[in-house]
Amino acid sequence: MRELTMKLTRRMMMGVAMGGYLLSAGAAMAKTELTFWSWRQEDKAFYNEIIKKFQEKEPEISVKFETYAPENYQTILSTALAAGRGPDVIQARAYGNLETIAAPGYLLALDKQTVPELANFPEPALAAETLRSDGKVYAVPFATQTMLVIYNKKIFADAGVKPPQTWDELIALSAALKAKNVTPFANGTATAWQNETIVAALLSSMLGKQFEEDIASGKANFTDPRYVNALSKLKDISQYFAPNFIGVDYASSQQLFAAGRAAMFAGGSFEVANFKAQNPALDLGVFASPVAKPGDERLIARYYDGGYAVNAKSDKTDAALKFVRFLATPEYGTAFTNALKNLSPIKGIKIEDPLTQEVAKLADNSMSYLMLVRFRYQEPSGSVLLQSNVQKMLAGQQTPEQAAAEINKGIATYYKPFQK
Amino acid sequence: MPVSPKQARTLKHRSWVAFLVLPPIVFMSLFVVYPILSAFAYAFYEWRGLARGEFIGLANFRDVLFGATMAPVVWNAFLNNVQALIALMIIQNGGGFLLAWLLYKEPFGFRFHRVAVFVPVVLSTIIVGFLWKLFLNPNFGLVNQALLSVGLGAFARPWLGDPSTALGALILANAWHFIGFPTLVYLAGMQRIPSEIIEAARLDGTSEWQLLKSIIWPLVAPSTTILFTLLFIGAFNWFEIPYVMAGLDGSPFGNTDVLGLVFYRTAFGNQSASIQNFGEGSALATLIFLFIVVFASMLTLWLRRREIQF
Repeated sequence: MRELTMKLTRRMMMGVAMGGYLLSAGAAMAKTELTFWSWRQEDKAFYNEIIKKFQEKEPEISVKFETYAPENYQTILSTALAAGRGPDVIQARAYGNLETIAAPGYLLALDKQTVPELANFPEPALAAETLRSDGKVYAVPFATQTMLVIYNKKIFADAGVKPPQTWDELIALSAALKAKNVTPFANGTATAWQNETIVAALLSSMLGKQFEEDIASGKANFTDPRYVNALSKLKDISQYFAPNFIGVDYASSQQLFAAGRAAMFAGGSFEVANFKAQNPALDLGVFASPVAKPGDERLIARYYDGGYAVNAKSDKTDAALKFVRFLATPEYGTAFTNALKNLSPIKGIKIEDPLTQEVAKLADNSMSYLMLVRFRYQEPSGSVLLQSNVQKMLAGQQTPEQAAAEINKGIATYYKPFQK
Repeated sequence: MPVSPKQARTLKHRSWVAFLVLPPIVFMSLFVVYPILSAFAYAFYEWRGLARGEFIGLANFRDVLFGATMAPVVWNAFLNNVQALIALMIIQNGGGFLLAWLLYKEPFGFRFHRVAVFVPVVLSTIIVGFLWKLFLNPNFGLVNQALLSVGLGAFARPWLGDPSTALGALILANAWHFIGFPTLVYLAGMQRIPSEIIEAARLDGTSEWQLLKSIIWPLVAPSTTILFTLLFIGAFNWFEIPYVMAGLDGSPFGNTDVLGLVFYRTAFGNQSASIQNFGEGSALATLIFLFIVVFASMLTLWLRRREIQF
């Protein structure tokens, strides 16, 4: 009997303690806590800073920033969403990868009523976060990337060469650099996706906006002479890539350029921050792909990286929308661009870094990063086809005509305008 | 009804057995049988990301085996798996057999070599992959530098980028990594052979080659059964070395593509090139699984028959 009383007392005491704990937790919970998932571990400090700024405006809402490794992010995220869980705010990708989570209805559709700040974005940025089947926007875009040529100003000055305007000038300057025993391009093709970035960084001006329009309307396909010619120019310039470039992978070519052992790197503007971090002494410049003949329009290839979305199943959508609206303001875009050296697509941002200003200026004249923007929705994706066939062409295993024909054949299996 | 002491004993015994057997059964069902069955079930549905759509019967299997998009990729990868199997059978298992024979004869320093040959097996495959990727770097890698320094510069090449050498390079890296395993298994097999047999053969004046071919090889048949079966399974599940050294795409242009990579790309997508298709991925996984189960069982039965009892 005594034992029983003791047990009871103990239970009651525990109950009181628990209740007290819950009550105090409840008081703290007057605040709404949002979870926010991302694959950008390296940007954690920046996001925590932003969350602080957001809380100055919305003291009732707190945000917890959590990251997962980029290669597993999509899998972890879609598993959580499929289980009816997942974070309140989601950093999502764009285009085909956005569709895999937007199409099943996991994301809250955004419009000008719920997020008036959508007006701060250019049309193509919103298109990147739009589901093609219902035409609704599902995320607030966060960055735009451009494909261009990054060059080492010191190497250029030492060799007495200037950034080229035309393709012939690029060839001449590469030959001049090589004659001085400088590797002109750090690029290699062993990592498949590098072939796609190289094509966009070097050939966009020669392809032209009209080519993209013709592809979209079906007036032209990838066997078009403009495309085949551009590929054969790429074959010509590849003699100036890193030595043994077919065996040089992405990491090695980055190293080559960051160590100052090559003059140029054809690739994404997102490389700049990384090069600077590895070697702060590098003095870098950028230029858009050269034109075939003087007077042609100079273009870079552009795409939008992804956006911030709201989980449709979240029970805190109001708070989540407030946060996402904050991430769509020019104030945020300015902070993002200056802290991460990564261009925000928001209109009216103020860029401090001169190199990012240059990138932003070049980005005004752009065509799409074609395969990602238009042909990464179905298999075989334009990217898969382009990457492997250009890799094969540059290894001397097929001609530019064959590469173009293979790319076209693959896309034509599902792309209606090519089936006519 | 009263329970007799004997019945009680059996009951006690049975519940004891059940107590021991149930947890592993539950564990196995939950973490092995259930996932396999559910992957099998997933293969019959259409998927949008990880959201399950319509039941579509065998369409995923048809696409994987005969579809215009998937089939060429799958068959190309399958042939690469077959090449890897044959090459590894010769280099890894054959080489292991010869190494075991050398160690069996206890040459000078055999204790050291016995350990040394097994050390790479203990290393993580990720480390071995990165190590060999560095060794094979065309411009500063050890392999090309070594060739240059002994005047064989003409043989230096971008091993992993050259379509004619890429798969071979991965196979050799894999053989370097795992050759210690067949060596040790064969060595144990050889040491199990009663010494009278070998002494008798030597007294009869057999040559080294005859001894190896007609005495040792048939008598280590149980080791061969295990090693061949494991290599068969390993070769068709091959993933880590190709993934680390050549990437998810089977670079260059599919020359190092294997079924494991195709499965991963298809089911989970490749961030820099393609989107995910869980249905086709599951169908491919199911097919790989069935292929391995059927052929590995046949192989085991066939190899068992040539084993000799002594």
